[in-house]
Amino acid sequence: MAEKRITIRTTRFDPDKDKAPRLQSYDIPFSDESMVVLDALNHIKAHVDGSLSYRWSCRMGICGSCGMMVNGVPKLTCNAFMRDYWPRSITVEPLQNFPIVRDLVIDMEDFMHKLKSIKPWIIRKQELPLGAGEHRQTMDQIDEFRQFSECINCMLCYAACPVYGLNNEFLGPAATALARRYNLDSRDQGLKERLPVLANSEGVWECSFVGECSVVCPKGVDPAKAIQQTKLDTTTRFVLPYGNRDE
Amino acid sequence: MDFESYDVLVVGGGLAGIRAAIAAVDANPRLKIAMVSKVYPMRSHTVSAEGGAAAVLRPEDSYETHAFDTIKGSDYLADQDVVEAFVREAPIEVIQMEHWGCPWSREPDGKISARPFGGMTTWRTCFAADKTGFHMLHTVFQTSLKYSQIHRHDEAFATKLLVEDSRCVGVVAIDMRSGRFQAITAKAVILATGGLGRVYAFTTNGNICTGDGMALAYRAGVGLKDMEMVQFHPTGLPFTGILITEAVRGEGGYLLNKDGERFLKRYVPNKMELGPRDIISRAMVTEFEEGRGFEGPHGKFMHLDVRHLGEETIDAKLPFMRELGREFVGIDIVKDPIPVRPVMHYMMGGVDADISGATPIAGLYAAGECANLGLNGGNRLGSNSLSECLVFGAAAGRAAAEHASSAGPVGANPVSALLADETRRIEASFLDKKGGEERIGTIREEMQHDMDAGAGVFRTRDGLEKLTRQLGALRDRFEKIKIEDSSRTFNTELTAALELDFMLEVSETIAYSALAREESRGAHSRRDFPERDDAKWLKHTLAFRTDSAEPRLEYTDVRITNFKPEARTY
Repeated sequence: MAEKRITIRTTRFDPDKDKAPRLQSYDIPFSDESMVVLDALNHIKAHVDGSLSYRWSCRMGICGSCGMMVNGVPKLTCNAFMRDYWPRSITVEPLQNFPIVRDLVIDMEDFMHKLKSIKPWIIRKQELPLGAGEHRQTMDQIDEFRQFSECINCMLCYAACPVYGLNNEFLGPAATALARRYNLDSRDQGLKERLPVLANSEGVWECSFVGECSVVCPKGVDPAKAIQQTKLDTTTRFVLPYGNRDE
Repeated sequence: MDFESYDVLVVGGGLAGIRAAIAAVDANPRLKIAMVSKVYPMRSHTVSAEGGAAAVLRPEDSYETHAFDTIKGSDYLADQDVVEAFVREAPIEVIQMEHWGCPWSREPDGKISARPFGGMTTWRTCFAADKTGFHMLHTVFQTSLKYSQIHRHDEAFATKLLVEDSRCVGVVAIDMRSGRFQAITAKAVILATGGLGRVYAFTTNGNICTGDGMALAYRAGVGLKDMEMVQFHPTGLPFTGILITEAVRGEGGYLLNKDGERFLKRYVPNKMELGPRDIISRAMVTEFEEGRGFEGPHGKFMHLDVRHLGEETIDAKLPFMRELGREFVGIDIVKDPIPVRPVMHYMMGGVDADISGATPIAGLYAAGECANLGLNGGNRLGSNSLSECLVFGAAAGRAAAEHASSAGPVGANPVSALLADETRRIEASFLDKKGGEERIGTIREEMQHDMDAGAGVFRTRDGLEKLTRQLGALRDRFEKIKIEDSSRTFNTELTAALELDFMLEVSETIAYSALAREESRGAHSRRDFPERDDAKWLKHTLAFRTDSAEPRLEYTDVRITNFKPEARTY
């Protein structure tokens, strides 16, 4: 039987010499039903064209490095199975809504600044000394924030967000979900410190509730919910008891 | 010349590196800290750790038991003073992580919970469901963002340690975004670059685990300790090598051969599925060889069965395993057994360092998987490594801060010359290289295949000798590699070449160290020397770089305090 093959088109862009990104086609063997799109890229880089650049590491959906547009949809390429596309060709492009550094590599510095801006750490009026042991926290209290702590910073939600696409000042889904993760943590008293960033003109109110962020999240996080809940926080924190945990 | 000066420089942004950076700031808030990582820190391979972090937190547990379990697990190759310090610090560090927001799974009373783990006599493995490494890494990384003293150089690839007058004063790194070569200087440098799993083909390790820090230290003249000690985890998914956590067995999962038999009764009858990793991996390979494994398209495998635990327990304790099964194997572990086989997972060996992480070079420290302080000996117990990253990351951070607080400034002159030399070396060998016929990918795949075949679960003299010849030939071929990418912007072919160079180097230390150790201890199992030989081999191997491919091997005594070596049965 003839070897099964598949066409992969990937974005190529080297700012040292290219004016604009273009697509390059590679015809490669589709040798194993378990192959994922990342395996195809690795095959190209190892055996066809060593100059193709992209990020990847864990290939088990947890490090968050390998997010790309696969046939127009933001995906982790490590769990985008080729068998779901074959015999159609596969087009792999860098995550949209981000500047391109090179080939399939996006510039995510903007997110790194946004992440820091929401103060993603436990804020307390008075820190518990280490000798006092752990804060008590029940599994029910963890369930309050658990899903928002599952964000792997893969940027698929930003690629899916039409608002971020129009205005990259928008705080956006993952950063808001992570702010929510801390605001809902029973150990945290930092809501008041985070609210100015969340409530300002580029904060949660920019969201037009398209909900695509939650659809594309590979980890089941619901950033759209985080954003809607945070809208409530920014208006009602003085009446809701959890908003005043620090008082 | 382009250079930035710091007090302490950490190479690596995983759990050990970030913990070290924070500890250095806490030790002396006036210090300026650099963190140089070839990936954004939250991509570091800590993220893939699943099962948990060991610490004595329950009143019915004791430091002595944790120490004994660790030392016995190491097959008595651990340095016992290091283990004793480790078990006392681990609980403090786990509490510190809790204060920083780690979502540890809890008992009904709200205290941090623990689960059983292989080789541990009692429940002491603290966990955040089955994504413990992910949660610890994101917690410590996000916490690090509040320290203005920590300056990150993300996606900067360290190519060389700057050493002058036997003192380490920084690194040369390539900023991947711009392609610029930079000297980043500091009064103290901490290596926290993680493991080297990618020297093997079948590994749980991510693409970034290429032994960089080990190779950097080795080239600077530091010995690599016990490099023959390579851990094979019993339960990886066939084909991908994705880790199925030991917590699956900790929560009560069974390992079954093709006859549906819990075959571990023949190997570790008192521990069964909670035996240590080295012995269970050998048991599985033995069963395969005797025809009792399942046959699949990607080789032999066993079944790991959690169906009897029920959906509720699985969703509460092992949700990521269910997700991995569904997404990568197409099974529901609530209803289907998981196919697994032994997979290279962890490097016990590493940069020779003392109890505070100090290496023999002044100003150079090491922590985490890239280091070998003597904690893990011949076989690491599951869940000791996340705790090790915390305990000895913090120790190295404090020691480096202390060193930096009293050390003199780094002079510009020698550094500029060293930077120019290193830039020239990389341009000549890689970036401006013309011609060449060998593909990086081909050499890397052959190395990985040869390492799997020659330095796997069981080893022989013939196999290891053959491996040393193969690696030597690959090193010769590496001289003729072809570099197709001449761009300065995010040139991942250049970094792949530099990583392959590192990997070939550390592979040779594995092969030669394993060839020399003529006994079986911990993860190092020689078919031609099946017994442990304390009279001759209760010693650490130290591999030093020479001008030839063959390292010079030296040996040092294992430090024994309270636990006399005895037969290791479970």
